[in-house]
Amino acid sequence: MKTKTKNDLLSLGACFVVYAIIQALITFGVIGQFWQLNIVLIGINIILAVSLNLINGFTGQFSIGHAGFMAVGAYLGAVLTVKMHLPFIVAILGGALAAGFLGFVIGLPTLRLSGDYLAIATLGLGEIIRITILNIPYVGGASGFMGIPRYTTFTWLFFLTVFTVFFVKNFINSTHGRACISIRENEIAAEAMGIDTTRYKVLAFTIGAAFAGVAGALFSHYFYIAHPASFTFMRSFDILTMVVLGGLGSITGSIAGAVLLTFISAALASYPEWRMVIYSLSLIILMIYRPQGLFGNKEFSLKMFSRLTGGGKRGTAQGK
Amino acid sequence: MESFFHQLIQQLINGISLGSIYALIALGYTMVYGIMKLINFAHGDVYMVGAYFGFFATTVLHLSFVPALIVAMIGAGLLGMFIERAAYRPLRDAPKIAVLITAIGVSLLLEYGGMLLVTPQPRTFPKVFEAVTYNIGGIVVNSQQIVILVVSILLMVILTYVVNRTMIGKAMRAASFDMDAARLMGINVDQVVSFTFGIGSALAGAGGVLVGVYYNSIDPLMGIMPGLKAFVAAVLGGIGIIPGAMIGGVILGVIEALVSGFISSTFRDAAAFGILILILLFKPSGILGKNVREKV
Repeated sequence: MKTKTKNDLLSLGACFVVYAIIQALITFGVIGQFWQLNIVLIGINIILAVSLNLINGFTGQFSIGHAGFMAVGAYLGAVLTVKMHLPFIVAILGGALAAGFLGFVIGLPTLRLSGDYLAIATLGLGEIIRITILNIPYVGGASGFMGIPRYTTFTWLFFLTVFTVFFVKNFINSTHGRACISIRENEIAAEAMGIDTTRYKVLAFTIGAAFAGVAGALFSHYFYIAHPASFTFMRSFDILTMVVLGGLGSITGSIAGAVLLTFISAALASYPEWRMVIYSLSLIILMIYRPQGLFGNKEFSLKMFSRLTGGGKRGTAQGK
Repeated sequence: MESFFHQLIQQLINGISLGSIYALIALGYTMVYGIMKLINFAHGDVYMVGAYFGFFATTVLHLSFVPALIVAMIGAGLLGMFIERAAYRPLRDAPKIAVLITAIGVSLLLEYGGMLLVTPQPRTFPKVFEAVTYNIGGIVVNSQQIVILVVSILLMVILTYVVNRTMIGKAMRAASFDMDAARLMGINVDQVVSFTFGIGSALAGAGGVLVGVYYNSIDPLMGIMPGLKAFVAAVLGGIGIIPGAMIGGVILGVIEALVSGFISSTFRDAAAFGILILILLFKPSGILGKNVREKV
């Protein structure tokens, strides 16, 4: 346990260093507007991918309705700041709570389904959430919710991202997380071992939805607008792609997937008509040649390097 | 009261003609799912490509309706077989989610590749036959709706014959029942899968042409929503079951027409997904599906 705490503190320290460096680069104007935007997108995508990985990768429940929860967070957060004039932190918490609650209400009945059926149900629910929002004139309807102040700064974004990653990581390493993994590995066996599968599935789904709500609140408070078209199932697919690209069941994989895909779209931004074609082609090719994702279900760590350089007896003993 | 019945019947007619197009697309979904247990997200885009084949066949080659329909079906069928060969076959043993992501990739590729090739602007589908509107006691039926209904029924009859009465149909049913056992019995499963994709895509292509005729407008993103709804239709009827897809498609079309006629057309799409959720919660195996017990 002690080494774990030590490792966590070390990673946290590393995060502070990274934060200080990027913040300094932004303050001194080294990172321009375009890349600032992409850094924000990367952060939001990491939150989304890691939280979806908790549902899809660790608990093994195939959900593709993440954009719906994100929309709830985005819109409710905007209502709280614009209409109620509450501080940003309330918007984030409110977005998370609302999305989490919705995740709970939706998860309870739908998580009885499995596999493809669950996927389609969550996809449908995500679309229903979006269409419902589209028909509420109070939040702007089809033209979107405009005039949202830009509260999302790099500081907010960075620390919420770090919080999400640490939360999910520690959750996975807890009793509850182990229970979730056992459901992924074999639901019937898990049930036979006395694990309340429904409870843990709903728990993972609720937590994942809540973090999607956080990401949504950050999103709408950066782009000044919450528009129903931003939360179509295409965005859910995007998030899913990041998760699968990085590797289901790997948090570092999700982070890498989010960073990589955001970079690819940013790099292709100057060729708008080719962008999606190249994106989709690379997706197909990657899936054909590496269907388990970049990292599989392993975590990226410094130990990987010591194994590569020949150090670390455990690595060579496993010999894989 | 009378006007209510008028509108009801009118919406039923609209719904059935829309629903038969959904049914045509849903058939492809259901057959592919039946054999490969794959939700082929690219199917809606194959339907879009079919519509474009039909468009170019009538505008460039100056074909009349029936030859254009056949060209579109052949084109879409070949495209479907090609997609299966290039993108799905290498992943036959990969985790399901990887195949699903590939399907999403193919779908995006068709949509945006299509935009690149034919520009994102919607195109007006040419009038392939004289549009005649029949007014029967205040209820309006136009010739497009009749053509749609006749063509879809004809195609479904042919499909039913192929699946139930021919060797390849027997092989398809065997493969969807148990792929490994079918292979052991000497069935060339790869060929069967390829054929299934071909037929399913050809039906979607026909659906594309019919939609072009019905709405007079086609664009590269037209396949997304009908694709999803056709999938809903397939689930509604019981996925993997061919008559189920037909029934599901028609029911979905009718419900949609009723919702947009009596409530609001903005809730049309929500209604489709609402039905999906309800059917999944109460009878996930669909209208015609049988409950399969899970074995440990």
